[in-house]
Amino acid sequence: MIVANVENVVRTFHVGETETKALRGISLSIESGEFTALVGPSGSGKTTLLQLLGCLDLPTEGVVTINGKDITRMSRNQRADLRKNNLGFIFQFFALIPTLTAYENIELPLLLKGVGPAERKERVQYLLNAVDLTDHANHRPDQMSGGQQQRVAAARALSTNPALILADEPTANLDTANGQQVMEIMANLNKETGVTFVFATHDPRVFKYAKRVITMRDGQIVEPNGNGNGTNNKKK
Amino acid sequence: MLQQFKLAFRNLNRNRRRSILSGLAISLGLALILLIAAITRGEMVGSIAKTIQLSSGHIQIRSSEYIEGKSSLKWSDLVADPQSIINTLEGSSPLNDLIQVATPRLNASAVVSSGNDSIGVQLLGVDPSSTANQPFVEGITAGSFLNQDDGNGIVIGQLLADKLQINTGDSLNLLVNTSNGDVSEQKFTVRGLYTTRTPSYDESTILMTLDKVQTITSTQDHATSIFILLNNREDADMVASAISGAGYEVLTWKDMNQLLLDTEELANSFMIIIYLIVLAITATVIVNTLIMSVFERTREIGILAAVGMKGRQILGLFLAEASILAVGGIAFGLALGWLVCQYFAKFGFAIGDMGINGEMLLGDRIYAILTGGDTLYLTILAFIVTMIASLYPAILAARLEPVDALHGK
Repeated sequence: MIVANVENVVRTFHVGETETKALRGISLSIESGEFTALVGPSGSGKTTLLQLLGCLDLPTEGVVTINGKDITRMSRNQRADLRKNNLGFIFQFFALIPTLTAYENIELPLLLKGVGPAERKERVQYLLNAVDLTDHANHRPDQMSGGQQQRVAAARALSTNPALILADEPTANLDTANGQQVMEIMANLNKETGVTFVFATHDPRVFKYAKRVITMRDGQIVEPNGNGNGTNNKKK
Repeated sequence: MLQQFKLAFRNLNRNRRRSILSGLAISLGLALILLIAAITRGEMVGSIAKTIQLSSGHIQIRSSEYIEGKSSLKWSDLVADPQSIINTLEGSSPLNDLIQVATPRLNASAVVSSGNDSIGVQLLGVDPSSTANQPFVEGITAGSFLNQDDGNGIVIGQLLADKLQINTGDSLNLLVNTSNGDVSEQKFTVRGLYTTRTPSYDESTILMTLDKVQTITSTQDHATSIFILLNNREDADMVASAISGAGYEVLTWKDMNQLLLDTEELANSFMIIIYLIVLAITATVIVNTLIMSVFERTREIGILAAVGMKGRQILGLFLAEASILAVGGIAFGLALGWLVCQYFAKFGFAIGDMGINGEMLLGDRIYAILTGGDTLYLTILAFIVTMIASLYPAILAARLEPVDALHGK
């Protein structure tokens, strides 16, 4: 089943009088259960593509569909609802709400979704256990390491059982050990729950976890179906 | 909703000092407008009370020919045989129960001279035994009040005595207009000095027995008015309508103090502008605080949007923060305002001689009067103004594009 589909997408940014084409006519499909890496140098358009897949931004041209719904025809509120119900995010800068504890950060999307207290508690405790942070439930972000914070972010992204989790450079601010731990947790969750992951990275150590590697350069996809070892999945 | 308030409270707690200072701005603004309201009300209530006590009474019975402010002594402008009217009033049982005191008074223009100084004054002839003289009797600062049989004594305001540099026992020359247009001159001895704490009144009013004023002005048994005080001023209209008679008119304190009542109404309307100015200054602090908060938390707003928070929920979050600031600030402001008003209710606010004369009498101190109605009205006004002010930063936060907000733009 196709979770996300991108057709002929162009995204242009205007800074003053300068026009920058971040994406130059990209087409792409993400299937359910994928664990896909978007790779490429800085400025290749990885983050822009993730933002479009995450309904955080709209394309200048082309169509983006999530679960079969065209996001370019949606209102702000409909896109917010789509994010709430179908998408999870993990950002490079950990992106936790600093005033909330680990438990509360994971609980937040469930509260927004209107999940009942008992179910919420059960879900948050399951996720805290899954990311091995049960002992840190009552810690605030500033009381946790970068790795721990990113694991909380992963748990939060998973809390509402989304169809697609988008991770932008999830290991960029972590040391090797923590980076590996976060990637392993994400890979395990993908394997155990079948949730689809798309993550942008330019860290070669992360490629190996990906089942599919999409290589981008200058706003275009140069290799849509690599396998992380420099070879093409389809050629296998 | 509860969750939004929890988050809002924690956000405010994150920058506690700034939140406290912002709340304090609301507190000071509210305390200030409560004080302004209490002093304005105190001034008006005090002025009406002074004017009733010293000048108008609750009801006056005057000749129908009487012309306001002229102190005419023509017999046709005066009330003839006031005592018989008073006797009739006292004989009527429903009226007598409502009336505290009814006494004849006679006003005359005079010039007082002592040494080289001459000053124009109002001569007030009173029945020394009447309880209507209480403000003067209680305000005696030296000597004693008038005696019924004292045909040669006068009581003058302390301020007038200071001006003329005289004291009790000293003599004063009085030139008084008479009913037939002549001028009568006589020497009087100052028996006592009084203060009603109303500078404009004290420096221009000389008290003398009614009999003596009637004698020197050749008005016989006439009086300018019958001065009536009631047990309850709300009965004035009822009592006035029950008194009737040919040749005289009956006026209530409202009829006589229309200017004062109009001034009060005007002051109340004008005060709304003052309140709004004070609250607008307070509101700028709140707007500033919340805008700073929006800019500091732009990325966080982006995260909230990314996890599915809608614009109106983000708006609600900032409004929740503003309402916590408002409620906290208002609670402290109420306590502070109440304390300050209590102080000024007890010790008053010295204004000295405002130089206001005529129909409106002002004491030398204003005693703050904070009413429940004013407190409620101003509290609601402060809350509404704060919430309206916080709308702009809240809308600013709600309208941020998630993608820009995530990049801190």
